[in-house]
Amino acid sequence: MKILYHIGGYFYHIGGYFIMLRKVFGKFTKWNVLKNLILREIDVLIIGSLGIVSFISFFVGGVVSIQTALNLENPLLPKNLIGFTTRQSVILEFAPTFISVIMAGKVGSFITSSLGTMKVTEQIDALEVMGINTFNYLIFPKIIALLFYPFVITVSMFLGIIGGYVASIYGGFCTSTDFIEGIQIDFTPFHVSYAFIKTFLFAFILASVPSYHGYFLKGGALEVGKASTTSFVWTSVVIIITNYIVTQLLLT
Amino acid sequence: MIKIENISKYFNETKVLEDISTHFERGKTNLIIGQSGSGKTVLLKCILGLFDASKGEIFFENQSLNKMNSKQRSILRQEIGMVFQGSALFDSMTVEENIMFPMKMLTKKSADEIKMRSNEVIKRVNLINSNKKFPSEISGGMKKRVAIARAIVMNPKYLFCDEPNSGLDPKTAILIDNLIQEITKEYKITTLINTHDMNSVMEIGEKIIFLENGKKGWEGTNKEVFKTENKGVENFVYSSELFKKVRKVYLKP
Ligand SMILES: Nc1ncnc2c1ncn2[C@@H]1O[C@H](COP(=O)(O)OP(=O)(O)O)[C@@H](O)[C@H]1O
Ligand SMILES: [Mg+2]
Repeated sequence: MKILYHIGGYFYHIGGYFIMLRKVFGKFTKWNVLKNLILREIDVLIIGSLGIVSFISFFVGGVVSIQTALNLENPLLPKNLIGFTTRQSVILEFAPTFISVIMAGKVGSFITSSLGTMKVTEQIDALEVMGINTFNYLIFPKIIALLFYPFVITVSMFLGIIGGYVASIYGGFCTSTDFIEGIQIDFTPFHVSYAFIKTFLFAFILASVPSYHGYFLKGGALEVGKASTTSFVWTSVVIIITNYIVTQLLLT
Repeated sequence: MIKIENISKYFNETKVLEDISTHFERGKTNLIIGQSGSGKTVLLKCILGLFDASKGEIFFENQSLNKMNSKQRSILRQEIGMVFQGSALFDSMTVEENIMFPMKMLTKKSADEIKMRSNEVIKRVNLINSNKKFPSEISGGMKKRVAIARAIVMNPKYLFCDEPNSGLDPKTAILIDNLIQEITKEYKITTLINTHDMNSVMEIGEKIIFLENGKKGWEGTNKEVFKTENKGVENFVYSSELFKKVRKVYLKP
């Protein structure tokens, strides 16, 4: 019976999530107010994430190339495989998926805790009393700001490959020519499209799932902390499942 | 005037309010009193329309809230100012931006007009030199003033205050009570105040309804509070020795 209760709970939240989305696109906030809200969210959510994303991408790109080099024990395998593998892993999975899971921790928890705090301090009620569509006012700007998320992922792809390059040359695993040749082999433009289709979906998930957890929070300050954690877990889970489905649909 | 008829409110199975009827008059400070958890906030939020009452009807000047469509409701919302228990100021905005916010969002006023009106209310609530400060940088009493300023900036017909002086020192609490009462008289507002503060009951209780476990236990004025023999009110209002003495002195012929 407990299981049934849990399953019922999931359906309740999934339904609630879609009702929330419909309200986000309901009555719109005045444009000159909305514009500023969007700019602020871009600053906080997008620009504010570039530092950590760049740092992680550069070093993980480096590690990918080192790991590949160390696994290429067979001397018959061409050295340009290092560049090739780094490019493939970074563009297909590392940048779009891995970085998105990290962003679920950074941006997601931030969205949940800031909306959650507004909820428990009755700021959301205060907006509601004024007759404002709080869903549009609070959540829509976050969704729009995250339309710039592919920019973050582009930076990540670029720096991941640069990181791989630097690590291979610095570690003496291959020559600059090998690596550059490697990143050009078998280039399939569709792989890039696939990566960006995923990125757009993840961007939407990153804005909306944490918003749901923050907006519908019940309780006090303690619950804000708990909700940020739950929000991170669920956002990652939804990203991973979406990744699986999209990969199955587009690449096989 | 606000009239409520047979209001009940359930959260799932739990009954929080049961069959409450009363009315609140214009130009008066109407108090809803009762112990913590007796349902004061829920009642206020039902009247505001933040919660839907499970049963009963609410009338704003004889217009039933139930029968209003969403457009009429949003017009009504603009006639209501609300001061929340924790002030509920927007953290990301300065004091001045908080006060200007409702006008920016809901009216077509020019920037100059907005500025002028906000200066007017800032003066009215005696907030000095804190326009550019953020809520985290001002005291509890000042936050309440900002919240009151934001609530009255649109010239509301109705003002709702949820425990406006909780967490304040006794002197500031009285100042805030008096400010709310003055504003109520000055602009002829129908004001509803949730409180469990006995000073407020004595000072500004022009009409009092007493909630006891979600039911209306008693109704009257601050004069009548002294004379009532209602057990619930006696237990609640005269729980402190001090007020028992005050009552004795008052009731002496
Ligand atoms: N959103 C809610 N969901 C469920 N129960 C609630 C909700 N809000 C308040 N309650 C319950 O209603 C009762 C009255 O609460 P409240 O009106 O906040 O009391 P107070 O008189 O202190 O303002 C409490 O028992 C509280 O637990
Ligand atoms: Mg309360």
